[in-house]
Amino acid sequence: MTARILDQWKTLESESIHIIREVAAEMQRPCLLFSGGKDSIVMLWLAVKAFAPARVPFPVMHIDTGLNFPEVLEFRDSLVSDLGVELIVASVPDAIERGLVREDSSGSRNRIQTPVLLEATEQHGFDALFGGARRDEEKARAKERVFSFRDDFGQWDPKNQRPELWSLYNGRVSPGEHIRVFPLSNWTELDIWNYIEAQNIPIPSLYLAHEREVVDRQGMLYAVGDFIELRDGESSSIRTVRYRTMGDANLTAAVESDADTVAKVVEEIETVRLTERGATRGDDKVSETSMEDRKREGYF
Amino acid sequence: MADLLRFATAGSVDDGKSTLIGRLLFDSKGLFTDQLEDVERISKRRGNDYVDLSLLTDGLRAEREQGITIDVAYRYFATPRRKFIIADTPGHVQYTRNMVTGASTADVALILIDARHGVTEQSRRHAFLATLLGVSHIVLCVNKMDLVQWSQDRFDEICDEFREFAAKLTIRDLTFIPVSALLGDNVVERSANTPWFAGATLLSYLENVHVGSDRNLVDVRFPVQYVIRPQTASHPDYRGYAGMLASGIVRVGDPVRVLPSGLETTVTAIDGPDGPLTEAFPPMSVTIRLEEDIDISRGDMLVRPRNVPHSSQDIEAMVCWMDDSAELVPGKKYALKHTTKWARMVVREIEYRVDVNTLHRDLDASSLGLNEIGRVRLRSTVPLFCDPYTENRATGSFIIVDEQTNNTVGAGMILRR
Repeated sequence: MTARILDQWKTLESESIHIIREVAAEMQRPCLLFSGGKDSIVMLWLAVKAFAPARVPFPVMHIDTGLNFPEVLEFRDSLVSDLGVELIVASVPDAIERGLVREDSSGSRNRIQTPVLLEATEQHGFDALFGGARRDEEKARAKERVFSFRDDFGQWDPKNQRPELWSLYNGRVSPGEHIRVFPLSNWTELDIWNYIEAQNIPIPSLYLAHEREVVDRQGMLYAVGDFIELRDGESSSIRTVRYRTMGDANLTAAVESDADTVAKVVEEIETVRLTERGATRGDDKVSETSMEDRKREGYF
Repeated sequence: MADLLRFATAGSVDDGKSTLIGRLLFDSKGLFTDQLEDVERISKRRGNDYVDLSLLTDGLRAEREQGITIDVAYRYFATPRRKFIIADTPGHVQYTRNMVTGASTADVALILIDARHGVTEQSRRHAFLATLLGVSHIVLCVNKMDLVQWSQDRFDEICDEFREFAAKLTIRDLTFIPVSALLGDNVVERSANTPWFAGATLLSYLENVHVGSDRNLVDVRFPVQYVIRPQTASHPDYRGYAGMLASGIVRVGDPVRVLPSGLETTVTAIDGPDGPLTEAFPPMSVTIRLEEDIDISRGDMLVRPRNVPHSSQDIEAMVCWMDDSAELVPGKKYALKHTTKWARMVVREIEYRVDVNTLHRDLDASSLGLNEIGRVRLRSTVPLFCDPYTENRATGSFIIVDEQTNNTVGAGMILRR
């Protein structure tokens, strides 16, 4: 005799699959935004489950900033070929060359990804874009809907969001508008890792502890290499590190860690006292509402 | 095994709601050092002499500028026993729609009361909305007990006053807890200041409250969401009906009836996310395969042959209106979404409007404005397979969408006819 109660990850999984199927059923041309990070990997994994044994009925798109860790690109290519999904790559360096966007003086390509994303969305006529964002990541995201409406310019208006009740999602849009859909809204970082462990989901090796030459900048450890050069007076050292998030190699810092298996990562996350963005992203510290501002412009 | 519990918090910042949530998150390690430092830094910069925990939950620029909660914020924490999703909803009457939204998926509603002020119009409104949205468990946190010298008499007085009002509502499970969110008494740790209180602390209540029985495991309702037909060499004949089981238990071998066609057949397989299952229960997302090749599409429903939902184009419902640009008026046409089906509908009549603060019914109401709730009679273009909301949240709920703006403008709860 069972009590017929689902555990927390089965509940989250079921909810996410329901969201993904809802989009496939109601929207004309959905697309899944894939970065090669753990959240988009889990999202793609859930999409595969949602339509099995049929194929995923929409393409995945990677907005390639040109600043990706090579390990992430290799992983991306092998995963999409294993799963048999169609991959679209929209390139930021190409867009810079074409004059669509200009390189930011800070060196961050975070902001200039947005026009590239919006252009590709328009070109392909996508009316729904799946994103792997979670509400626990950031305070503006805590307020965002699962089906997040974007106007003709891709903008999010946080004060004018559609009410979202029960599991009745409203994906109705006019031509030119689209919906960003976040199937992982209710997952936390720990949920993602527990699920990766339980399901034995492949992830890029960068997430696990490895030795790397790093430079310490204000407590953030950056990988020395193609994207980060030592400045005057800086010295590097070889440390055992892993990445908690996958962002651009020039902005994303590693954390010191001995967690070289997913099980050890789960243990580490259970005791860690810093949020993943706080610990690893140089780009969110600009102002207390920087994420809200970027999302208003059409950011993920 | 740890399961998942969703609860909604209602109350205003002045009642200490943010402090209480901050305390729950902090004491259960759901709060990170950098988030706390962020809040400390901003509090200091603004010249506050205390750390303003509402900054944790009020993430939008406008909210921080005005010091109010505008929209529902979702927060997460977990203990070894359960994962919790908090829908933190604003308390003011002009944000009623946000509280309705947050309560729509909640198992438990947490209503905060300031021990000095007792039961207010706002607490009555929150209790009414929670019961309207079918929240089975209501917890009254009588906060700021430190400011009334931990008086048992004051606590009892508030409980009695609330019970008197609650008698007008259908509350299945009501609990009272004396707390001080600021000092932490009875939130996570038992308080030495309330030796007269024998009940559980708030966290212990949340970890142990039994919500499994709140689900409907009797009436099988499976709205078909998506038809899976691979048509590949490896699966030439696979045809599965994907969806989330709304209620009941479905087993392989069960007879089912398909609505609207009325055809009957048998479940031959249930495919879950990890492979074949012998049975499914809510809220599982599964794919059901059937013995006969029947024409079934999205918007249809699988049920048991002798337990069918009501099928009708004439619906009576309580509606909460959420549009700030136009009122709900009889005669106007709207789009409606119920389970996996879109239809169009027209309101025939507004029977009455409820005053959310006094529960008084205004029988002369001819429209519903923003944040107003009323009983309406509507007619839809196609039959809806529905149950009363009190028996089935999934088949008893619908949303109303404005066909010009595509905005979600209303939420409806179907009544027994």
